[in-house]
Amino acid sequence: MFLTSFLKKISSSESKPPPEKVNSVILEKVVTVSSPVNLPSWKDRSIWTSSCRQEPNVQNQCQEIKEIITDLLRTIRDPEKPNTLEDLLVITDESVQVQPFEENGYLVRIDFNPTVPHCSLASLIGLCLRGKIQKNVVERIKLDIVIAEGKHSTEEEINKQINDKERVAAALENPNLKEMVDSCIRDEE
Amino acid sequence: MARLDELCKLPGHQGIVWNVGWNQEGNILVSCGEDKTIRLWGRNVNSNDWVCRSILSDGHQRTIRSVSFSPCNKLISSASFDGTCCIWDKSTSTEGNQYECTATLEGHENEVKCVAWSASGSFLATCSRDKSVWIWEVGEDGEFECAAVLSAHTQDVKKVVWHPHQDIVASASYDNTVKMFCEEDDDWICFATLKSHESTVWSLAFDSTGKLLATCSDDRTIKIWKEYLPGNEFGVATSDNMPTWKCVCTLSGVHPRAIYDISWCHQTGLLATASGDDAIRIFRIDPESDPNAPFLEQLITVPRAHEQDVNSVVWNPCIPGLLASCSDDMHVKLWQFKG
Repeated sequence: MFLTSFLKKISSSESKPPPEKVNSVILEKVVTVSSPVNLPSWKDRSIWTSSCRQEPNVQNQCQEIKEIITDLLRTIRDPEKPNTLEDLLVITDESVQVQPFEENGYLVRIDFNPTVPHCSLASLIGLCLRGKIQKNVVERIKLDIVIAEGKHSTEEEINKQINDKERVAAALENPNLKEMVDSCIRDEE
Repeated sequence: MARLDELCKLPGHQGIVWNVGWNQEGNILVSCGEDKTIRLWGRNVNSNDWVCRSILSDGHQRTIRSVSFSPCNKLISSASFDGTCCIWDKSTSTEGNQYECTATLEGHENEVKCVAWSASGSFLATCSRDKSVWIWEVGEDGEFECAAVLSAHTQDVKKVVWHPHQDIVASASYDNTVKMFCEEDDDWICFATLKSHESTVWSLAFDSTGKLLATCSDDRTIKIWKEYLPGNEFGVATSDNMPTWKCVCTLSGVHPRAIYDISWCHQTGLLATASGDDAIRIFRIDPESDPNAPFLEQLITVPRAHEQDVNSVVWNPCIPGLLASCSDDMHVKLWQFKG
């Protein structure tokens, strides 16, 4: 096996301005099919706030999952303070919402409050929440983690980042980040 | 009624399966994932069942995100979160399906997300979270030399694909755009930026002619883009004697969650999508619709095609309607479309 070494030839890759469309005579056709969305994503705030009618036993199961996940999250330690996320009100009893999907699936949505609106560790906290749930929950779930609306100066940017499954997977494989996450989510003896 | 029948479910990977691909003859399927292995799947000679023929390991230190066969079928390339690409060579081994890692392409600053061969076999493209697209020239001696580092995107580059006939590469990014690159006077340049998606563009696929491009996104839409050449009869403006790529169709409201992959069958013209709602969907462009405003017709939805997110779908290059998929649920599946 030989290791090829390379000269980094930096080409002039200045991107040209996007092609002008002003003279275009063709209108873009937008096709929207109105099918009932039964598996909303974190972008569908309205669906999450609307109350959905459920069978009592399904409601109980959702309540149970909600309690299990809330218990997992409340004991996570803050990355830079000695307190838990529950102490700092990052996670409260209202943070976790659970909806059923298909026969045995649960849609889990977590809204967390960063301690300050410009908190630089918000994405690391998001990573800790996801890491701990992935490690401990065996049920079939879809997990969306978002910053509680209006609680961070770069809310949208962080939501995009912590819900990008590829970035999250890579981050959780990065030894430095993994060590930080592990130390925050490790259960105290 | 059109249907998509599940042919088989292939277990073996431990963890997320990120990507699947076919060899050019369509008789070997390759998959890769979180378990840092590449698996080759083929038909058992006696039973005709799809079985794992070979496992390639020890090439990467972290998740293997993308894998593909070279046009000559002799080489396999893989891209990993460990920041490298490996080239696996069959010719150096004696046994049928044994491959050996014969080259490691280093240079990206962090996770390599995708690796793709040009149709001519002369080039390899890679992309990374470091925001760059690299073009590698394939030498006759099996050496790979970096021909260009393209820093046109402002964010993570998720996927690169080559035009089916020309040395043109298209890249999809977390910056919500698609960019196209070609070689001009010995330099690789960005000649088109496709803006319309409202979030990460996860994947893209050319049709068989290379005149249409399909893209899919975290914004939960599919878009079809059409090439308009300089001096076209439709009055679409072009600049610098380069074609303009224009969005001619947007399909929204069908996928409730992110769309992670799209594959365009070069034999049947069918489109398949892999989605975060665990479903696989099949579409086609209505042949009666206006080519400048095509209508995307949904033929099939297979809900719960997998138990978790579907990460990749790919049509077989030789057998019409044969589709492979893979998922977070650790499985690879094969499907047959019947129209």
